[in-house]
Amino acid sequence: MTMKKQKLVMVGNGMAGCRTLEELLKLAPDMYDVTVFGAEPHPNYNRILLSPVLAGEMTLQDIVLNDLDWYQRNGITLHAGKTVTNIDRIKRQVIAEDGTVAEYDRLLLATGSMPVILPVQGKDLPGVIAYRDIADTQAMIEATRQHSHAVVIGAGLLGLEAANGLKLRGMDVTVVHLADWIMERQLDKPAADLLMKSLEAKGLKFALGKQTAELVKGESGRVAAVRFKDGEAIPADLVVMAVGIRPNYELAEKSGIHSSRGIVVNDTMQTYDPRVYAVGECAAHRGIAYGLVAPLFEQAKVCANHLAQFGIGRYQGSVTSTKLKVTGIDVFSAGDFMGGADCDEIVLNDPAGGVYKKLVLKGNQLVGAVLYGDTADGAWYFQLLKDKQSVHEIRDHLMFGQSHVGDVGHAGQSKAAGMPDEAEVCGCNGVCKGSIVKAIKEHGLFTVDDVRKHTKASSSCGSCTGLVEQILASTVGGAYQPAESKDKPVCGCTDRSHGEVRATIREHKLLTIPEVMHFLEWKTPNGCASCRPALNYYLISTWPHVALDDPQSRFINERAHANIQKDGTFSVVPRMWGGLTTPAELRTIADVAEKYQVPTVKMTGGARIDLLGIKKENLPQVWADLGAAGLVSGHAYGKSIRTVKTCVGAEHCRFGTQRSMAMGVKLEKMLFGMGAPHKVKLAVSGCPRNCAEAGIKDVGVIGIDSGYELYVAGNGGIKTEVAQFLCKVKSDDEVQEYSGAFLQLYREEGFYLERTCHYVARVGLDHVKKHVVEDTENRQRLYERLLFALQGYEDPWRAAVEQPAVRREFQILEVA
Amino acid sequence: MTAWKQICLLDDIPRLGSRVVRSAAGSIAVFRTAEDECFALHDKCPHRGGPLSQGIVAGKVVTCPLHGMKLGLEDGEAVAPDKGCARRFAVKIESSAVWLQFN
Repeated sequence: MTMKKQKLVMVGNGMAGCRTLEELLKLAPDMYDVTVFGAEPHPNYNRILLSPVLAGEMTLQDIVLNDLDWYQRNGITLHAGKTVTNIDRIKRQVIAEDGTVAEYDRLLLATGSMPVILPVQGKDLPGVIAYRDIADTQAMIEATRQHSHAVVIGAGLLGLEAANGLKLRGMDVTVVHLADWIMERQLDKPAADLLMKSLEAKGLKFALGKQTAELVKGESGRVAAVRFKDGEAIPADLVVMAVGIRPNYELAEKSGIHSSRGIVVNDTMQTYDPRVYAVGECAAHRGIAYGLVAPLFEQAKVCANHLAQFGIGRYQGSVTSTKLKVTGIDVFSAGDFMGGADCDEIVLNDPAGGVYKKLVLKGNQLVGAVLYGDTADGAWYFQLLKDKQSVHEIRDHLMFGQSHVGDVGHAGQSKAAGMPDEAEVCGCNGVCKGSIVKAIKEHGLFTVDDVRKHTKASSSCGSCTGLVEQILASTVGGAYQPAESKDKPVCGCTDRSHGEVRATIREHKLLTIPEVMHFLEWKTPNGCASCRPALNYYLISTWPHVALDDPQSRFINERAHANIQKDGTFSVVPRMWGGLTTPAELRTIADVAEKYQVPTVKMTGGARIDLLGIKKENLPQVWADLGAAGLVSGHAYGKSIRTVKTCVGAEHCRFGTQRSMAMGVKLEKMLFGMGAPHKVKLAVSGCPRNCAEAGIKDVGVIGIDSGYELYVAGNGGIKTEVAQFLCKVKSDDEVQEYSGAFLQLYREEGFYLERTCHYVARVGLDHVKKHVVEDTENRQRLYERLLFALQGYEDPWRAAVEQPAVRREFQILEVA
Repeated sequence: MTAWKQICLLDDIPRLGSRVVRSAAGSIAVFRTAEDECFALHDKCPHRGGPLSQGIVAGKVVTCPLHGMKLGLEDGEAVAPDKGCARRFAVKIESSAVWLQFN
């Protein structure tokens, strides 16, 4: 017997509703029979891209998000062009204008919003329209063919985009605005003035502080002029009302569903009738009906989760940001940009250069931002604002944006707007700006993750993520959804963040991957290549010697204890403690290189020798030969301790103040086999000349006459980060204790694949100092836990040589 | 001509893991899922030729170790939005021995 499917009816076929359906289909594809009513005779399209259509930069076909085929493929009955006029909540039916009836078990209202029409005389004249949908856009395009004077009432986001589009289509356009400056809900006056100046340079005219009194009828019966309250009149044969939107909740209210400036919903997007949900611009959540796309998508996700009866997730309101989509103009605003008595403002104002930036701070938090002319850091500010992250430590350079110094792979570009279409954005995968923009438009992408999946841009080293964010933000405007940096789910297999997973493993003493997945209700039976290695690391770092390592949940390099190369062969790097070696070791390496015909032998950046091009099946034999001379794994392949680079130091160097080689060897021996969220590199320099380049290491030790300086969280890779000073210590023992404690803190708190520089940026250097420097007892406990975890660690190469079960990994099956 | 050949015992392949079979047709990756089903694909990722046998297996999908392309074990097809396909070989398990069909 098959269970009868429940019936889900959706009223409103727009972006919020369809996104909810998409999320629902991902979670529970077979749960409902879905019927959709849409008042417009179109499938779901990207409403925010109506402006580029009006401007002639895109066509209507380009902006369709879900084509008719999508509805059919997913078994969704679509009634396009049918307006629902009644909901019978007792019979659980919706009734459309034409008499179509659909029964529901669950009802989803996504009726969107209506444009506000000024109650002035002449508002119903031909030639007077709102700017809301495809029909309005087509009417405007039609009007540009026959008429020449356009007046746009309202200088908000939509009004300005409409004005820009009409101007580009050759009309003479005047923007009328009641307030004293344009976009007053998104911009402060200085930014608005700059914006107005550049729009004027594009040929737009402005009439500010003007209240419309009447739309005057011409001889043809069409609108002919706009008359203001002060008596002045300007010619107009097209009037676009863009004075705002209001939630469309008439249907809900008529059906007795509690509404107050929107359909009132709770944190699960449920209305006062528990069978009825509402999402999007029609819904009032905690008194707010959102008019931008990003919050609607967050609502969609929560609503779908509850419709699928997963019951996880609450919508708790959104902080929104605004970006104007007028080609060649960069404006960004977010949060409480006007500030107030209890706020501080940091302002950069260069009217001649066309740049204005204002950051509003409350205490240690960024609460608002307005950027004009240079919006490169908009996404970063927005992230800080959303995450409510303390900016205490970076306040002095906050205005100068996220440091892009040291980013490599895209020719030093940090501003996407100025890049030509053929400029390479992602240097790893060879993706240029034009292909990214094309993919965003064609596939209706809204997140960096989507862009990664479709274009591969920023999917390898990630150094161009900032650029991709900017391209996304400028292409989709306010609909851009920045990724949640703090509570981002581990991967698509779960809604839990790294932090939650770590905490749960500790709290509930979970010991195996299946236990974690069961306890936290993983959505996939055995995770994926992203979450399994993370879980494996969290388990063994939280419960050392108790939780068992799962080789099948490790990336091949860690499973085979060697580094996979592009042709499928491996590289072997024996450890050279502190970069020191002996003639006997070198002889052994030379013999191995010859015996196994190693094609390439090279020095690594970590001061040791790399044997490249070894076949996997030969690895155990290579290791056996190396092991006979006492050489062990260099872990050049792992999310683990890599090397401790040293300079010559006081042993030989005439400048050396400390014995850096000996210190380096001690550290490397102490940390042998230490797994970590990501790779860990150390360096010890014998004097402040710092020949070991300790300033770009996870832990950098610099000898000085009175002891050592310790630096942490440096990085010499994708993005060069200079290590930060942690403290000064006196003895070798202290170097071991302090650096060990820092690394243990990172091991316990770091998220998988988070380097120390990212970890420290997330938790703050103050946090690290508190645990490692200021609290002696805590430091010692951390250090003890590290030593305990590393106790009894054996060379993995030897295990592979000696244990048949491990050796199997390297054996090939032959068939005759 | 199609020939079935026994290649190993089921227990010779780790769960959520794989083994490589060397044959006249090139290297073939034989995978074992958590449910003890076995699948075989040409050991060459359609993206840049990576050895699929070295990837992480989850559900009925393997992730190529070189650049992370995901391929379905049942049909060898890349998981959307990626495109590409690795040739598949038929596998059967009979009294805990794994058989591979060469063609």
